[in-house]
Amino acid sequence: MRYKFLTAAFAATVALNFAGPAAATDLEVTHWWTSGGEAAAVAELAKAFDATGNHWVDGAIAGSGGTARPIMISRITGGDPMGATQFNHGRQAEELVQAGLMRDLTDIATKDKWTEIVRPKSLLDSCTIDGKIYCVPVNIHSWQWLWLSNEAFQKAGLPMPKDWNEFVADAPALEKAGIIPLAVGGQPWQASGAFDVLMAAVGGTDTFLKVYKDKDATFAAGPEIAKVFKAADDARKMAKNTNVQDWNQATNLVITGKAAGQIMGDWAQGEFQVAGKTAGKDYTCLPGLGLNEVIATGGDAFYFPLLKDEAKAKAQVVLAETLLDPKTQVAFNLKKGSLPVRGDVDLNTANDCMKKGLAILAKGAVMPWTDQLLSQDTQKQKEDLFSEFFAKPDMSVEEAQKRFAEIIGSAD
Amino acid sequence: MSNSERPSKLFRNLNAKVASIPMVLTALVVFVGGTAWTVLYSFTNSKLLPRLNFVGLDQYHRLWSTSRWLVSIENLLIYGAISLVFSLVIGFLLAALLDQKIRFEDTFRTIFLYPFALSFIVTGLVWQWLLNPDFGVQRVVRDLGWTSFSFDPLYNSSIVIYGISIAALWQGTGLIMCLMLAGLRGIDEDIWKAARVDGIPTWKTYLFIVIPMMRPVFITTLVIIAAGIVKVYDLVVAQTSGGPGIASEVPAKYVYDYMFFAQNLGQGFAASTMMLLSVVIVIVPWAYLEFGGKKRG
Repeated sequence: MRYKFLTAAFAATVALNFAGPAAATDLEVTHWWTSGGEAAAVAELAKAFDATGNHWVDGAIAGSGGTARPIMISRITGGDPMGATQFNHGRQAEELVQAGLMRDLTDIATKDKWTEIVRPKSLLDSCTIDGKIYCVPVNIHSWQWLWLSNEAFQKAGLPMPKDWNEFVADAPALEKAGIIPLAVGGQPWQASGAFDVLMAAVGGTDTFLKVYKDKDATFAAGPEIAKVFKAADDARKMAKNTNVQDWNQATNLVITGKAAGQIMGDWAQGEFQVAGKTAGKDYTCLPGLGLNEVIATGGDAFYFPLLKDEAKAKAQVVLAETLLDPKTQVAFNLKKGSLPVRGDVDLNTANDCMKKGLAILAKGAVMPWTDQLLSQDTQKQKEDLFSEFFAKPDMSVEEAQKRFAEIIGSAD
Repeated sequence: MSNSERPSKLFRNLNAKVASIPMVLTALVVFVGGTAWTVLYSFTNSKLLPRLNFVGLDQYHRLWSTSRWLVSIENLLIYGAISLVFSLVIGFLLAALLDQKIRFEDTFRTIFLYPFALSFIVTGLVWQWLLNPDFGVQRVVRDLGWTSFSFDPLYNSSIVIYGISIAALWQGTGLIMCLMLAGLRGIDEDIWKAARVDGIPTWKTYLFIVIPMMRPVFITTLVIIAAGIVKVYDLVVAQTSGGPGIASEVPAKYVYDYMFFAQNLGQGFAASTMMLLSVVIVIVPWAYLEFGGKKRG
């Protein structure tokens, strides 16, 4: 009797395992989405994946991409790969793919016709290495936004500026009202990113490509780029009183009206949303700093390390499909403040700023961003240069430009 | 040891020698092997993954023309000089004061040693708040009425490394004090009595009799402090993450950043080889004087 009971109990547990939702597999997904708005967005992805009967094991790594990427890479190269991981698509995972550590997704991509649904096409191009697709883009993030606090301008008795130049002209009046004109956090990538945005806005798309795509060092040392450095000099003067480190703390200065503006990617929008602010009323956004309305097609993508476990490999396919699902795309991107990677989804509930972005995207005014054009090594050198430039008022513009041209000259 | 025993010298203390084999192997494979591997790959253009594609001294050329590396070296020198001098001086003074047979010596010793129980990360965060102009010392003094008082070392590029040194001293001097105190207690009472009989003032006794007698303690202390200087990393990360700009960068952080953030192993290896070289330059002459000299003398 006793044995029978035990066997029955075992049988029951075994049966349960198999009868559970179609092979419920735990899949660990690592990412660096930890700020308020980002966490809300990633919860949407987890919800959608759990609904397929699998289980999303959240592997959030705090401290922005710079901190998270080394951890992810060392796990993959060290033989303890996760189920899937976020990277910015482009060159960050290039060598991992070349070393054969990442899963080739071409089959799934052909089956689901990704080439037809993903737009703009350049997104999928940056997932492609040697003709094979290695990542699933989930959103389009563009750096080129200027976020302005309406409250700060009211307090200083100024009309809302329409572009970067007007904003610079307003700086003295803002300072007089006790407001920091421009918030730039202390993390190196923020200063470097702000410079790239200025280059795309003040210099224009062609200038940007000539420097970062063609890596023309003579041009980078020339008068065209000197103009960009002049703008960066304005920016650092306006930002000199920002005493915060993280980008979301800097965004918070704008949300609370302590700072008038911030040059930051559209991920900042998630923060405004979490704080309950309305676009157009509480804050204003200027794509391309109001000078050059282009959207860079940077963004986030998921890469899938090559796994031996078959159940997990199957779950990877499910996750890849879930990520591109129209419903997931809408839910995720609304929370994240980014643009969806497919053009056939309904974004009626999008706010003012996202609509501006979508309109630019529809016009096809897109350009590649530094993640796609430069290696991490070059990016880091640029970060070192610009974090020094922004923090050290006595570093001359000429010296900075000279060093910038050297970095471009040796870039790969 | 007579001559007849010499051939079997290898087998003397055999048990001890067998027991130390694992550690010898670890030292050879992990330390020496790892070091050799790092130096070898510092001559390659390895990016994210190590590759044997030699490029000669390119990585070193680039390293020494990078302003961040030069700033790191300068910071290390300033930080090193400050922690060496001040932790020795303050540590010794505190120990000498505690040695005056004062009341509650145990209590004071505990208080001074307590910061050492904290990691550099915690120390860094505590001092980040204390030195923050909006919450810390500056705010307190301003609230007391001196509204123009300004003290924000962590936000001023030219003095940020001193702000970091303050935190390091706060954390580390307690240990130095304890080492010194142990050294002072090791001095025979009779020496003090003899000095007193001869009418030598106390400060002279310390300076010319006690300190020279404490040479071994000083050497131990010096090694501990020096090791702490070269490897400083976590304190900087917790306090400033190298900022403002690159004003408080240190070599160890350069190595980490270029190996992992910039995905450029070759550059990181070149930088760590330079760190090793600097340690060797300091250690070798010292070891030669210390151990080589003794045999002859």
